[in-house]
Amino acid sequence: MSSSDNKWIGERTIRPDGADKVTGRAAFAADSTMPGMIWGKVLRSPHAHAKIKSIDTSKAEALPGVKAVMTSADIVDFPIDTPFPLGIQDMRWMCRNVMARDKALFHGHPVAAVAAMTEAIAAEASKLIEVDYEVLPHAIEIDDAIADDAPILHEWMEFEGKPSNIAGTLEHSKGDVEAGFAEADVIIERDFTTRPVHQGYIEPHACLVSVAADNKATIWSSSQGQFMVRAMTALLTGMSQSDIRAIPAEIGGGFGGKTIIYLEPLATILSKKSGRPVKMTMTREEVMRASGPTSGSKSTVKIGAKKDGTITAAQGTYWLQAGGLPGAPVRGAVGCALAPYDIPNGHTFGYDVVCNRSKVAAYRAPGAPIGSFGVECVLDELAEELGIDPLDLRLKNAAKEGTQAVHGPVYPVMGYVESLEAAKAHDHYKAPLGPNQGRGVASGFWFNAGGESSAQVNITEDGNVVVTTGHPDIGGSRAGIANICAELLGIDYKRVSVLIGDTATVGFSNLTGGSRVLFASSMVVTESTNKVIRTLCELAAKIWDIDPDAVDWEDGAARPAGANAGQFDPLTLAELAARANETGGPIGAGAQINTTGAEGGFGTHICDVEVDPELGIARVIRYTVLQDVGRAVHPAYVEGQMQGGAAQAIGWALNEEYLYDKDGKVDNPGFLDYRMPVASDLPMLDTYIIEVPNPKHPQGVRGVGEVPLVPGLSAVRNAIYDAIGVRFNDLPISPPRLAAALDMPEAAE
Amino acid sequence: MAKKLHISTTINGEPEEFLCAPSDTMLDMLRNELDLTGAKEGCGSGDCGTCSITLDGTLVCSCLMLAAEAEGKEITTIEGMAEGETLHPLQQKFLEEAALQCGICTPGMLVAAKALLDENPDPTETEVRFWLAGNLCRCTGYDKIVRAVMDTAAEMREAAK
Repeated sequence: MSSSDNKWIGERTIRPDGADKVTGRAAFAADSTMPGMIWGKVLRSPHAHAKIKSIDTSKAEALPGVKAVMTSADIVDFPIDTPFPLGIQDMRWMCRNVMARDKALFHGHPVAAVAAMTEAIAAEASKLIEVDYEVLPHAIEIDDAIADDAPILHEWMEFEGKPSNIAGTLEHSKGDVEAGFAEADVIIERDFTTRPVHQGYIEPHACLVSVAADNKATIWSSSQGQFMVRAMTALLTGMSQSDIRAIPAEIGGGFGGKTIIYLEPLATILSKKSGRPVKMTMTREEVMRASGPTSGSKSTVKIGAKKDGTITAAQGTYWLQAGGLPGAPVRGAVGCALAPYDIPNGHTFGYDVVCNRSKVAAYRAPGAPIGSFGVECVLDELAEELGIDPLDLRLKNAAKEGTQAVHGPVYPVMGYVESLEAAKAHDHYKAPLGPNQGRGVASGFWFNAGGESSAQVNITEDGNVVVTTGHPDIGGSRAGIANICAELLGIDYKRVSVLIGDTATVGFSNLTGGSRVLFASSMVVTESTNKVIRTLCELAAKIWDIDPDAVDWEDGAARPAGANAGQFDPLTLAELAARANETGGPIGAGAQINTTGAEGGFGTHICDVEVDPELGIARVIRYTVLQDVGRAVHPAYVEGQMQGGAAQAIGWALNEEYLYDKDGKVDNPGFLDYRMPVASDLPMLDTYIIEVPNPKHPQGVRGVGEVPLVPGLSAVRNAIYDAIGVRFNDLPISPPRLAAALDMPEAAE
Repeated sequence: MAKKLHISTTINGEPEEFLCAPSDTMLDMLRNELDLTGAKEGCGSGDCGTCSITLDGTLVCSCLMLAAEAEGKEITTIEGMAEGETLHPLQQKFLEEAALQCGICTPGMLVAAKALLDENPDPTETEVRFWLAGNLCRCTGYDKIVRAVMDTAAEMREAAK
């Protein structure tokens, strides 16, 4: 179906959850309470790396008001030698991350937890827990962790036959890179670093858990997947999944960081032990110290090209910090790095390196911005060296339908070239620049994702619609689903309510993440709605006493399919619903699918910066995001994803980083010193939506949220080069670094 | 433990009394005792603005205010912004222009934006951006928020003519 035929798809409808969110009524995880509720608090390691020799909780237990104390002895152990993958995690690492077992692996690693009548008593009690630590040398940075004499975090971890902090590697290869480089007229090879950055969701992790006397648990929590919460909590507590009901609270931002759990199993165990509902919330400091940022990285990128700009070979080698336990997003880095290009000879290789930082969690296109950064920077330099416009260089080498990517797949129809052409034709690209201003461009790719989704579409007795899906709505997906359902049924958008079910009320649905939610949930909602439409046609056929195949559904009503079917007045949804009991009973249908066909997404960014030579500050003054989204079901929320991703990229490029002291402790665990972009840091963020529909999706959706983070880091960096002629290969390009490059010794101090 | 203090105040136009410890913040009191959970705790240090309320008309972070300071004052929270079923023009515009994604910053953002428009009905984009610089949003990149505030201001000016 083409866009112009649509009544609701492509409309900027009011989101179904909107009124509650602008009046303060929307219930986020920390907003829930229960009768008899008590408060839990976590005791965290004061050391970056230490053996836990013993824990004595007796004094804490004796404090009046304390109702339960727990340690890792209460959590199910998953032995190191038996891999236990669950989604993108492994329970061996999860059981050690939610609470340190024999070793604290980072400053802030949970060691014990207390539940008490008030938060203050719980905090006081946690200080009475006596932990005997043997402090060990720590490794924070990659170079410290891979040095020959590095402190080894895990004695069981080996690489190439030796004790090591390298947890694993991943490699993609195509053609013969050596031969490819031999054909090149120009080869550029550079080293890069990026810093770990936090997802920065404004809502700290929180949960409320009630384990009743029958040992059945109810969990209210903020996560990117209630089924993930249920599964992991069940595994870590030894409960069966059917005894846990996980209710997804409204989620105050996740960006990948809420695809794992921290507090839920602790609160479950404390609730079980105390016989009371237990609420736990993290402070911002706890979020910054102990919830996953994305990896810091170092990399070497080498690209060779002919004089006409044809790339002959490209190679990228990446080291990514995992934090204290394995699981850096190496796949995203080595898979996405070269993905926008048609490269005959390509090779990417990545290392997963453990170090004494909090375990990383997914962050918007996990790994992809890291992989892309060096590649897009080298391409910028290559374009200058060859005297080719940087967009033309990308156009010359752009991946297209039929291109085999270095990471394996052969691309179907897609809109990368369209994003480059639109960028070239855009006013922004031609606008004049002033003094100290510069312009940069970059492109990026994300895989997108399918996977399991479930939905139920029910027709109410008065002929309206309730849709239930299994994905926490993190940025407006309910509005997109309502648009699609209203479109299919041919009814007013306002007659469709969309809800997020809990683990007991809707079928299994995988995480909200990877830009999969609208892609996957609209597939199950489409199938469910089509089943409902078939039922409605059958009911009409029964009333008219004709063959169901002779009934069409059009404009919200059943109609005879042509003159041969007979002459009957249309039967509307409301009329059919009112007569449902006499014609067959309740009307509703569900679908549960392991969805496939999520094709990759591509985007191109244009960034203008102005560098203040007195202050050493780079400001983004104009920004345009151009992206193929397949189909923009709700354009306002599509734009919102593009703008939000770009803003996060600007923060990553210019300011955000963790500062560690010599003891391996984060020195800036708050919003004042960990500087995310605020309103006055940014200009308007312009968007240009390209729609090359995904042929494998009923509405053409590809996924949108991840891609717009990917090109931003290098677009900003390339713009700064254009402004001041300095190529920064290390992020962030913060005022001290910029001042040093501008030879401002005072400011750089 | 110190004895609790008895506080008489006005919240969203209604008289209210509560008991608080001397160390309780206004945010704790709103969220944990008065069932006004629209104000959120994003940082507890006055850096994110999700707990924004007004105290005698002045925009404050309720996490930085002691509950005892409410004595004899007038407090408004996000729960007091709509008039019955009628949303404030800012609330309506935020919905129409999709100026929220996850919605966690939205209550604080709206309270702050209303305080701006009460003081300055015709703000420039720069004034909006600097006024809202104390309200963090990680989802939107602020674009649609700034536009919604400016569009609301324009509509309210038109309506006041």
